[in-house]
This record gives sequence, structure tokens and C-alpha cells, in this order.
Amino acid sequence: MNLLRQLLFPMIAVAAAFLVGGIMVLIVGDSPFEAYRLLLGSALSWPDGIGYTLFYATPLIFTGLAVLVALRCGLLNIGAEGQLYTAAFATAWVGIKLAAFPSLLLVLLCCLTAIVVGGLWGAIPGVLKARFGSHEVINTIMLNFVAVALVSYFTQYYYKIPGDPILQTVPVSGGAHIARLGKFIPGLPERIPLNLAFIMALLACGFVYLFLWRTKWGYEIRATGANPTAAEYGGISVRKQIILAMAVSGALAGMVGINEVLGYRYRYYDGFSANYGFTGIAVALLGRNHPAGVLLSAILFGMLIRGGIFVDAFTNNVTKDLVDVLQGMVILFVAAEALFRGPFGRFGLLKRSKV
Amino acid sequence: MKDLFTIALVWSTIRLATPLVLAALGGLFSERSGIINIALEGKMLAGAFTAAAVTYAADAKLGLGPASPWLGLLAGMGAGLLIAIIYAVVCIRYKADQVVSGTAINILMLGVPGFLSGAFFLSSGSTPQIPKEQLIPTTPIMIALALVPITWYVLYRTPFGLRLRSVGENPEAADAAGVSVARMRYAGVLLAGVLAGIGGAYLSIGQSSLFTRNMTSGRGFIALAALIFGKWRPVQTMLACLLFGFTEAISIQMQGVVKFGGEDIPVQFIQMVPYLLTIIVLAGFIGSSRPPRSLGIPYEKEK
Repeated sequence: MNLLRQLLFPMIAVAAAFLVGGIMVLIVGDSPFEAYRLLLGSALSWPDGIGYTLFYATPLIFTGLAVLVALRCGLLNIGAEGQLYTAAFATAWVGIKLAAFPSLLLVLLCCLTAIVVGGLWGAIPGVLKARFGSHEVINTIMLNFVAVALVSYFTQYYYKIPGDPILQTVPVSGGAHIARLGKFIPGLPERIPLNLAFIMALLACGFVYLFLWRTKWGYEIRATGANPTAAEYGGISVRKQIILAMAVSGALAGMVGINEVLGYRYRYYDGFSANYGFTGIAVALLGRNHPAGVLLSAILFGMLIRGGIFVDAFTNNVTKDLVDVLQGMVILFVAAEALFRGPFGRFGLLKRSKV
Repeated sequence: MKDLFTIALVWSTIRLATPLVLAALGGLFSERSGIINIALEGKMLAGAFTAAAVTYAADAKLGLGPASPWLGLLAGMGAGLLIAIIYAVVCIRYKADQVVSGTAINILMLGVPGFLSGAFFLSSGSTPQIPKEQLIPTTPIMIALALVPITWYVLYRTPFGLRLRSVGENPEAADAAGVSVARMRYAGVLLAGVLAGIGGAYLSIGQSSLFTRNMTSGRGFIALAALIFGKWRPVQTMLACLLFGFTEAISIQMQGVVKFGGEDIPVQFIQMVPYLLTIIVLAGFIGSSRPPRSLGIPYEKEK
């Protein structure tokens, strides 16, 4: 019953978003039913649809978990975008520089780099908040732009193939590649880029659950998020929790680099993230701030991205921008929860501090 | 270094600062009333797309000639206003989290222009080219320039400004004194929508001659940064916009590296300046930047 209640509200929000999206499709002169049939049909076909849906869901699971961990501490991490860019670049850097290392060690080092660099980049706004009280929302937004500029600088000046018109690094060593799941799953061709990072994403869901609900650190993070003043009186160092939560959040966002660099493009490609960091906010909110919910909503958004390509191609007027519209509407409806609860409902999803 | 400061660079700085000033002053009204405005980016995109689409349609389809860009500007303001109304209702009426719904608006506006231009102009994400005669390259600059003293006057010398600031600082006290917190906040957010709409319109029918996908490329966030850097005050905010416009002008003009005292500075480092400055100011290293006290907190009227 409780589970049903947990599921009901996100489903209403998604349905409302699809309704608005459907009306927009109707306005531009296509059939909403046809558009949604294309969207879902192409996302759920075997093996391409499901393979690509899960591939697109992988980075969103990581960023969704990243946003979740910060939110549980009462922080909104809008900086997953910057964290995953710095981490992905550093991952590629290790994969290029340490090419001589044995494959298994190299992969481990690359994964570790993604986690550590993302964590460090995420910890910066945590430290700024803990030390100076400056708001993490503004700082994470600013750091996104700093990250993009920094990484594009290193790519352009040091690691680009001379004359390459595309802003990307040289490829990482073959030893740094991780296997595509097609290798293990019969019927799933290896051309589909779904890779071991997806398995890591599933493990990360389990890890976040255990971390937040079964460890002392997680308890302290949640206590801080629920009521920082009470937590402080209870002997918890709120400042330490803020930094820890942001570091863990950044580390999870950084793991997007594993999927991108080690499992998909095998190099750092400038500007690869299709708003994964921002979509992560939608994923976490729609997933009710729970790892299981994050997994489900990341898969839903993965379906949208996959299906959007087909809607774009096979309808007259609808473009894949429909996906952004649906995502935006979902967040808006989830944020305006009170819209569906009537005047006597509980207002607001989160308690926010001021900017 | 000497030949860096040319007339062209000054002019380019002013042009690049204009959309920032417009959006930042809009954000100022909203944030002074207590509503965070992460959604400036989305409002600018709405303004930019609508202005370009309407200007094009008015000129090419309706044959309105020189009246077209004015219609476009008006439509851009209207689009910013429309988005602001949605944002305001969600944030004020339904007390949604302001940062989250602002992010939603930004993502939504990444999609809506592309969606509509895909349908109406059969192009992916951009509007058709508007002829040069139907652009308004200078008027928005004048508007932005005039708005700085106007904003200052309204904010500090009118009852409206006093009420607006009071609901941002201490809504309980303002409410007790008979000021409608909700009404003032609606006013702040809607003004922000109109001004950001003009800022966006200037991008598409002033600086450029068409709308392209995500053409604001973060200017809404730079405007937000300028607002914080300018400590939520009109004149300082304008100066911050000029500084940020200047960094952008340099990085465009230099196309790669900037020579500074014999050293090469890659353009990426100049692009970082506004963001780093904002972080530093917010941390309190250069004077303190104190936000309105009730910024971001939905107001619950006492029963």
C-alpha cells in the first residue's frame, strides 16, 4: 500500500507531462498516439531498443544518484554536469598516459580516477558552503562553466590529435576499454554500446542505499538534511556532512566518465554530456529520492531519449525536442506537487536554505 | 596590451553586456522580492525564439516591413511574461521549490523552441534568417541603459520598491503591515520575465538575425552571476554586466589566445573569469555579498 502510494504520485506527474506533450504534438499537426507509439515501441524493442535505452539510462542513474545523495543532506547539486566533465577528462587522461599498464590495473585506475576527480570537484562547493556559508546552487552552476572551460582548454592544447577538427582527445589505450554487455548476453549485438558501466550503475544503486540507510555516515547525512540544527545539537558536525555528501555526490556523477570514456567513445569528447547533470535532478525527484526510484526513472528517461530519435525521424513535424519538453514538464509537475494534492496537502518537496 | 582597448572592443563590450543587463535587472526585481531566478536562461530563450519567429513571420508572411521587429520585441516580452507566469504560479501559488522549478523551466525552454521551429519552419532548432533592415540593433541597448536608473529609482524611491524589498527581506513584517506578499512577488517575477524576454529578443533580432538552438548559451546564468557580483543592487549589477561583457568581448576578439605582457593566455581562462569572480565574491573574499534574507523561502501566511 505504501509502495503504491510512493509510485502513484510520480506516475501522475509523468502522465500529466505526457498529456501536455501530447497536446503540443496535436498542435503541430501530428497524432499524439502515433508519436507515443513510436516513442515507446522503438524504446522497448529487442535488442536495439532495450539495449540503447539502458545505455542512455546509465549516465542518468549515476547523476540521479548524485543528486539524491546531496538532496538527502538538504543540498541541491546542480553541478553534476561539471563533476562528470572533469572526471571524464581525467579518466581519459589516465587511459592515455598509463597505456603501458596491464589492462585490469589500468581499468581499475581509470575507474578510481573518475570517482576521485568527480568527488573532488563536487567537494569544492561543499567546502565553500561549510567554510563560508555560500550557497551550493550558485557555486555548482558557476563551477559547471569553469569545468567546461578548463577541460576544453586541456583537450585543445595538450591532448588533441593535431589537425583534428573535432575537439576530442587522442584515444585511450585499448587496455582501458571495458567490455560491452553484448559479449555476455546472447542476442545482444556488441555494436550496442551498453557496457559494464551499466552493471556498475546497478551496484551504485545498492551502494547508495546501504550507504545512506545502513551506515553511520549515511545516517548523519540524512539527519543533517532533515534538520541541521537538531543534527548539530545531536553531536553531528553539519559542516563535515555537507562536504562528505557533496564529495560522494560528485564521485557518483564522476562515474559517468566510466560509461563515456571506457565503455563508449574510448576517448574524451568535448561537450559529450547531453545535459545528464540537469536530467539527474529530474531523475532523483521523480524517483522520490530513493535509489530504486532513481533506477526506474533513469530507465524511463533512457526510453525517452532512445524513442525521441525515432519520433524525430518518423513523424512529419515532431522533433526530438519533444524529449526535453517532456523532461521539463515532469520536473515542473514533480516540483509543484501541491498542484495534485489540493489546498490541504503537504507543501513543497524539500526544505531549502536561502541563496 | 595597449592595442587591446580599441573603440571596437568598447562597443563590443556594450553590445555583449546589454542582454546581461536586461536579464540581470529582471532577476534583481525577482530576487529582491524573495524569488530565486535560476530560470532567467529559459526566459531569455523564450524571448529570443519568439522575437525571431514573430519578426520573421510579420516581415515575410504579413509584409509588415519596418514594424516587424517591434512586433517581435513585443512578442519576446510576452513570451518572457508567459514563462514568468507559469514560474510564478508554481513557485508562489503552489510553493514549489524555486531552484527545481527554475531548472525545469530551463530544460523545457531548451526543448520548446526547437519543437516549434521544427514544426513551423521545418528546421531543426532555428528560425529562418531575418533581413538586415528588420533588425533592431540599438534600441535594446538604450532600453538597458535607461533601465538602470529607472530600476534604482523604483527600488529605492517608490512605495512599490520599498514593499518589494520588504517582502524579500522580512515577509512576516511586510504582511503584518498590510503588504500582500504574494502580489509583490508576482510583480517581481513577472517583471523579470518581461526584462529577460527583451534581453533574449535582443540576442536574436538585435545582435543576430535569427534564433539558433540554445543561443543564450549560459547568458542567463552569467546574468545571475552578475546580479550576485553586483550584490543585488542596480548600478553595481550593471557594472558587473559590463565586466562580464568585457571578458566575453575579449575572448571573441582574440579568437584563441590573448597576449598579456608577453604571456599567452588561452581564451578559456578569460571565459572562466565571471564564474570564478562570482564564487570568490559569494565566499566573502571581496566584500560580502548578502542575498535578500528570505530569498528562496516560500511564504506561509499565518493562520
